[in-house]
Parts: sequence; C-alpha cells; structure tokens
Amino acid sequence: MTDTIERSDTAGNDRVLDHLVVRFAGDSGDGMQLTGDRFTSVSASFGNDLSTLPDFPAEIRAPAGTVNGVSAFQVNIADHEITTPGDEPNVLVAMNPAALKADLHRLEVGGTVIVNEDSFDARDLSKAGYVDSSDEPVNPLEDGTLNGYRVLKVPMTSLTKEVCEPLGVKPRDAERSKNFFALGLVSWMYTRPTEPTEEWIGQKFAKNEQVAAANTAAFRAGFNFGETTEAVGHRYEVRPATLPAGTYTSITGNQALSWGLVAAGQLAKLPITLGSYPITPASDILHELSKHKHFGIRTVQAEDEIAAVGVALGASFAGHLGITTTSGPGVALKSETISLAVAIELPLLIIDIQRGGPSTGLPTKTEASDLNIALYGRHGESPLPVVASKSPADCFHAAIEAARIALKYRTPVILLSDGYLANGSEPWKLPDVDSLPDISVPFATGTNHVDDDGNEEFWPYLRDPETLARPWAIPGTPGLMHRVGGLEKADGTGNIDYTPQNHERMTELREAKVAAVTADIPPTEVEGDVDADVLVLGWGSTWAAIDAAVQRRRRVGVKVAKAHIAHLSPLPPDLGDLLRRYRKVIVPELNRGQLAHLLRGTYLIDIISVSKIQGLPFKSREIEAAIDAAIESLGADSEGGAS
Amino acid sequence: MSTAQVAVTTKKDWTSDQEVRWCPGCGDYGILLAVQQLMPELGVAPENTVFVSGIGCSSRFPYYMNTYGMHSIHGRAPAIATGIATARPDLDVWVITGDGDGLSIGGNHLIHALRRNVNINILLFNNRIYGLTKGQYSPTSEVGKVTKSTPVGSVDAPFNPLSVALGAEASFVARTHDLDRKHMQETFRAAHAHNGASFVEIYQNCNVFNDGQFSDITKKTNRENMMIDLVHGEPILFGPDRERGVMQGTDGFLHIVEVADVGLDQILIHDEKNDRPSLAFALARLNDDDHSPTPFGVFRNIQRSEYAQAVSDQVVAASERRGPGDLGELLASNGTWTVG
Repeated sequence: MTDTIERSDTAGNDRVLDHLVVRFAGDSGDGMQLTGDRFTSVSASFGNDLSTLPDFPAEIRAPAGTVNGVSAFQVNIADHEITTPGDEPNVLVAMNPAALKADLHRLEVGGTVIVNEDSFDARDLSKAGYVDSSDEPVNPLEDGTLNGYRVLKVPMTSLTKEVCEPLGVKPRDAERSKNFFALGLVSWMYTRPTEPTEEWIGQKFAKNEQVAAANTAAFRAGFNFGETTEAVGHRYEVRPATLPAGTYTSITGNQALSWGLVAAGQLAKLPITLGSYPITPASDILHELSKHKHFGIRTVQAEDEIAAVGVALGASFAGHLGITTTSGPGVALKSETISLAVAIELPLLIIDIQRGGPSTGLPTKTEASDLNIALYGRHGESPLPVVASKSPADCFHAAIEAARIALKYRTPVILLSDGYLANGSEPWKLPDVDSLPDISVPFATGTNHVDDDGNEEFWPYLRDPETLARPWAIPGTPGLMHRVGGLEKADGTGNIDYTPQNHERMTELREAKVAAVTADIPPTEVEGDVDADVLVLGWGSTWAAIDAAVQRRRRVGVKVAKAHIAHLSPLPPDLGDLLRRYRKVIVPELNRGQLAHLLRGTYLIDIISVSKIQGLPFKSREIEAAIDAAIESLGADSEGGAS
Repeated sequence: MSTAQVAVTTKKDWTSDQEVRWCPGCGDYGILLAVQQLMPELGVAPENTVFVSGIGCSSRFPYYMNTYGMHSIHGRAPAIATGIATARPDLDVWVITGDGDGLSIGGNHLIHALRRNVNINILLFNNRIYGLTKGQYSPTSEVGKVTKSTPVGSVDAPFNPLSVALGAEASFVARTHDLDRKHMQETFRAAHAHNGASFVEIYQNCNVFNDGQFSDITKKTNRENMMIDLVHGEPILFGPDRERGVMQGTDGFLHIVEVADVGLDQILIHDEKNDRPSLAFALARLNDDDHSPTPFGVFRNIQRSEYAQAVSDQVVAASERRGPGDLGELLASNGTWTVG
C-alpha cells in the first residue's frame, strides 16, 4: 500500500490528481530549496493543502556533484487536508547524477523521473559514483536503471543557456538559472499558476535586473518546453483543497515558534530577552526574533550556550520573559543553569529544536531523542515541565503554552520541537489575535509576611497555595530586596538552610509545583474508533504520520484510535486511565522508545514501541504496518490463551 | 541614571540580616566593609542595585548586601549579569568573583562581558588559591606552588588578571588590595562611575590556605617601597621620598629607575585615558612576581559604546520607526490567502 496517486475524479478524467508529491533534488549549489519553496508558495496560494520536507546536507558546500552534496526539497500538495510530506515522491526532479543516485530509491514504483540530461556526462557520472568495476562511468539513463519509471530527459542546462544568451548573460551565469527552468517545467506539468512566481522573481532579484531577466526567461522556457514537447505528455491538476474558512498563511515551524514567542511576550505584557548561541536547526529563531525589536525584544548572541541561558535567566530575574533557543548539544551545556532556574524558581523558556545525536550527530536531520535529557538531564532532583509541538503551525501555540506555564508556575520549561517541524511548512489558518489567552502574571509589589515582632517583611519563598509559585519580585521594587541562589533555601524565608527536613520539604515542594501544572492540562483527545482495541499514542512531530496512518487504516475498515500528547511533564492526568482502555498501545517515536519507557514505568502498562532513528520522519506506511502487526498479535494473544 | 531622588542611606541600609560566614581573619571582611560603607555615597538606591556572584568564598558576598542579589553558578556571573543589565539598563549591577571563578571556569564569560563593555562592575578577589574547596592552586598561583593538588609544586603558568582584562578590550581596569579600605573605596567609586564594564582586581589574603601571599607588597611597612600608586596625569613615582619612578626606555619597555639618575622629566606620566592599551598593559606586567614593586590604582579608563544601552537604543529606534509591535500584522507578514 504505497502513497501513490489514488484516484481518477468522478468524471473519469484521469488528469486530476487528489495529491502529488514532488521531490526536487540537486547539488547544494543548484537552488533546490528555493525551487521547492516557490512550488510550495504557489500551491499554497492556489489553495492546496500541503506539507514540506526540506532535506539538506550538514556541509555548507560538500564537493559539487557528489552524493554527499545533494540537497532536496519534498512537497506534498493535495485537494484535501493532509499532514505529511508524503511517504514516496510521485515525481523526482534530479538536476544531476548524484541527485538521482541519492533519491531514486525514494520514488514510488512507476513514478516520474525528470532529469537534467546535460549533467549526465562522464565527469558528473563518476563524481556521483555511477561507475563500473573498472571505474568507467556508466550512464543510468541508458543502462536500464530507470526501467519501470516514466523518464523525462531534458537538457535543462543547455536550454537555459540558450534562452539567456540574447539577454547578454554569460553562459556560466546563465547556468545558475536552470533551477527555474525545472520549476517552469514542473509548473506546466502540474498546472501551477505562473504569475506569482514571475512576480516573485521580479521582487527578489530587483537589485539585479539581469539575474531577474535570466530567471524569468528560464522559468518561461521550462514552462513552454512542457507545453510544446510531446514527450512531456499530459498536464495534471491538483485542485484546491476545501480547508475550513479563514485567512491562511504558509509557515515553517521555526517561524511559527518565533511568532509564538513574540505573541507570548505580548500576551504576558512583558519584554522578551533572548539569549542564544547559533546552532542548527535552531538559529532561525534567533534570526527571526532579531527582526522584531519593535515588540520590545532584545536578542543577545552570547559567547556560548551556557552564557546564552545565563543571559536569559538574568533577564528573567530582572523581570523579562527570558528565553534561550538551542538544540540537543546546547541543552547539555545549559543543564547546570537550568538546575539553578529550578532552584531559584524563576520563569525561563528553553527551546530545543532536536536533531540527530549523540554529539554533533546529524545536525541537519530530524530526531526526537532529547526527551530524556529534557525530562531528566539535570543534577539533583530537578523536575520541570516539558511541552512538545506537533506540527509546524502548532509551534506557535506550543510556544505560548510553554511561556504560560513558565510564568504561572515560576519554573524553567523546556519546549521540544525538531528539525522536521523547524524547516517543514504547512498552511496555517491564522488565529484571531484577540482570542489568544492572557498569560500575564503580577510581580510582587509589597511585603507578604509579618514577623513575631509585628514587622512587615518579604519572604521570597512564600508560595501561592494553589500553584505553589513563589512571588516574582523584580529589582527596582522598594522594600523587596532579596537574594536568591543555588544553595538550598529555607521554606518561606528563602535564607540558606541546610537542615535535613527542610531540604526534603523543598524537594517535595518543587516536585509538587511541577505536578500542579496538571490542573491546566485539558482532557486528552482521542480520535478514531470508539471500540478500537489498538491505540496509537504520539508526541511531537510524529503527529502527521500517525494521523495519516490511522486515517488510511480506518478507510479500509481497520479499527484503530489515536491520541497525541503535548505535555510530557507532567503527563496529562487522564493518560493512565486512557491507555488502560486499550488492549494494545503503540508509541511511535523518532528515538529508541523514550516515551514508551516512561509510560511503562509510570503506568505499568506494556507499550509497543515503534522506533525510527534514521534522521527522517516516519512514513505513514511504517506506522500502518505497526497497527496491522498489533491487530494481528491480538488474534495471536486470544489463540495462544493465557500467555 | 538619575541620582536626584535617591533617599539618603547609611551603611545599615545596605547590610542584610544574614550572618557573615567567612573564616575569621579573611580578607573578604575588609572588602565587604569597604563596599557597604561606600554604597551610600554612590547616589543609588538599594532596590536598584543587584549583586551577582558565582561560586567560591568571595561569591557569598551578595548574601550580605541588602540589595537584590543572585548567588549563581560557578563562573557564570558575568553572563547572568549581562542578562540583567541588558534587560534593565536602569539597574546598578555588580559582579563578585574570584580568581578561580572568574579566570578558570568562568574565563570565557569574563572576557566576553569585558569585550561587549556591558555596564557592570566586576570585582575579582584574587587570593591565588581555591579556598572553598580547601586549598588547591588556582589559575593565578605562581609556578611551583605546593598545594593539596600539587604536592610537588604546580607546573601551570599563571594568568595575570589585568593582562587578561586588557587583552579582552576592557575599558576600565584597576587594581587595589584588601588592607586599604580607602584605596578600595576610591577604586570602586571610579569603577562605578565608569559607563561600561569595569574590572577591578583586589589582592585578597586567604589567611587559611595562602596566608601572606601579598605581604611583601601590601604589608604597611612594605607599601612605600613596593606599591606604585597610579594617578592620572601624574608622573609614576614611589618610594619613601618618591625617589623612584617608572620610565619608558628607548627599547620601548618600562623600567623602574632612580629619579636622580634620569631626571623627573623622564618619568612616565600616567594616562588612564589613553585609547591605546599598550602602556596600561606594560604597567600591568611591571611586577613579574609578588615580591617586586607593583602598580595599584586605575590602569585604564576609556569611553566606548556600552552594550546594554546600545541594545536598548536599537529597540527604541525600531519602535520609533515601526510603531509598537502589532501581532495581527506580524502573522499576516508572509502574505495570506482566504478560504470560504
């Protein structure tokens, strides 16, 4: 059951597709991200639902023409609501032999391959590793490698050079416009509007008219090539989706997260100070927030990850919403300061855009293997709330939720996103700004305790009885001067206190405060069959693949339900009871079963852990297979009797 | 910073109710007293003052000041203070650190706070030993120092804290010592008046683990011959009759000379405002050990762009240019389309 084009429309018109997955692949210098991005934007404004997967190497420029240097952008466009960038592309655009070598195996059986024929010369074939046993180049366009695929061989480089020549563009420069030729051709094949792209080229390259002219010419040439060359065949159409009414924009996870942070500052009525150190795939948040100073946002590019979180914590102490953004290696470095934030009980947001680990690992590839470090990666008993976003657009709301918890409970909160969400994009129905929650909390303004002699005094660790949060008294407030620090504090006064009972009490209070967050967690939503025996439980970016998998199994009559949790610490209060309602619980994770272990330990429920650790998101097919296996094992369980 | 409306305070207003817990006889007591006495003279209010420290004996300091304070983690005080000062340029922010805290585990934050020129006052208590962990050598300990962790002598070459600060582009660099309250107070006063990062090294005696480290210089009877007072605009002279001085030789290096031998006009005039740090650096390295004449006072005091204010100015400029942030406008800024 592959992710192929599934139907003809009711009129029997075989040229209408319900969805289409295109993968643009080329050398890092070929502009594939830009090309994919344009195709996405045009499709978004055309009204398709969509989901994208940029997939690029860690090296800025790996040696040109090699498989290591291949950069790709996959986009799924549909006439209905979708959540994933598609398991298998229907169309692969390969700008050079290396791209074909790297990505052909991803293409659906019988899919369409569009190659830049000019690049399939002896030199590029050798660089891509298309050689025989005596190291002689072998051309996959001729040796049967592509048997069974629909192949379009287009001399994109030479056609682009040709069309640019009259513009006075040097051949070497003209060659750089060949990605627009590819975009033009694909735009024709799949009936994309051309005006938005031509307009965009005019704006983007306004400062260099010749480049704008070359790109436009190449784009039109590609489009016309499709129209006039019989070999290209039919045009296909993916009609607009019927999405819920509203105003939409196209957004990546990192941009949505950044805007969520901006919104959190506004909703909390607090200025923001971001301390950050550049790290893939989180740096875009630093870039984005640096643009929005007029929202009262200060950004500090610190000397290292430790300083970055130090700056954020200092800002929180001073009365700002202190934020730090990073990825796994940075979380490890920040660990000691996060523990200090646990001890001094101040709001602090730590954003972890997860990537493949350990160590530098796969910096540009996705993984969700920082759940354990988020939950446990601190010394001492240092619990804190952990929240995860599930889709690019959801990063906006997850950021607000994480900030809300941090402020209300005066605690560091870790928000987990990942590389897939960070760089992936989807249409987002814009929320009504006025409907966003007020997350502001008051600063302490006066004394809160009277001593035995009747003197009014300020106790920095006198807690709110409901939330257990301590007062947030910021510098500049007369009469509330106090000292906080990493040494254990006496319950109430906050003075240094090493007594055994006090340490135990403070440890329990810090734990109870984090547990108190459950009061705000809404009931866990379950979708799917009410009488299902199998539940798929997810967290983070697995949401998309789980959603697609469950829908597809249900479409063929399989009974299955799904739930997705945003709160990883504390867990939703209803989760244990919910899990016990099912005979089998599947937890797919882009790690080695970190949530599965937690659930087993917390609820003493057996969990079927489905693990993927390839730097790539799940395909829905992989989760479908797990659902089928779980259902099959139910049969085996009954047959096997008491086992 | 407006000083007009600040209520008059006394040392008592700056002293917290916490019992001071340094070892009896520790040099830290003298520094604490100097600061507590000085604060009422600086025209700032306790509620607008923040003391931030790292870890070590000196880092207990904030607990004893009746101001806002944070006893943070080892080495990180300059980073946390940078956050406080950047968020709130209206506050008066002090960092208390030591030779281990500031120059070993926290060396990176120290140099970057100085490079950025954040408006914080950094007081580095240099006792050339790890006191809190009970006596290991520090990054300012001399080669050959015998300690618990170096039973046959350390082989590490030490840092010269002032060289580090000057090398890190510090705009204010000074040295004082724990036995002269008045000198400390004048030095701290100048550090506080400086707009930007101020770095003050304080020779501080650890009477338990490194007693007498600086006695050859700072003991009352030695001071005239061993301490060189730097005064801006004055020739650099010392000795009971100011008969010795510092001269820049034709080789470009600084030399200690007898005034009678060279003439007063050959003695170097101290210029703390000199944009080029070379002479300040040479002065910082005039004493190559703790047994030779050592300069004290302000080595360098120049004006350059202050970080927190510059960050704040960008925020203000953006608000003036674009108006206050509008969330609805932001969410629509990628371009939108309407369905239904």
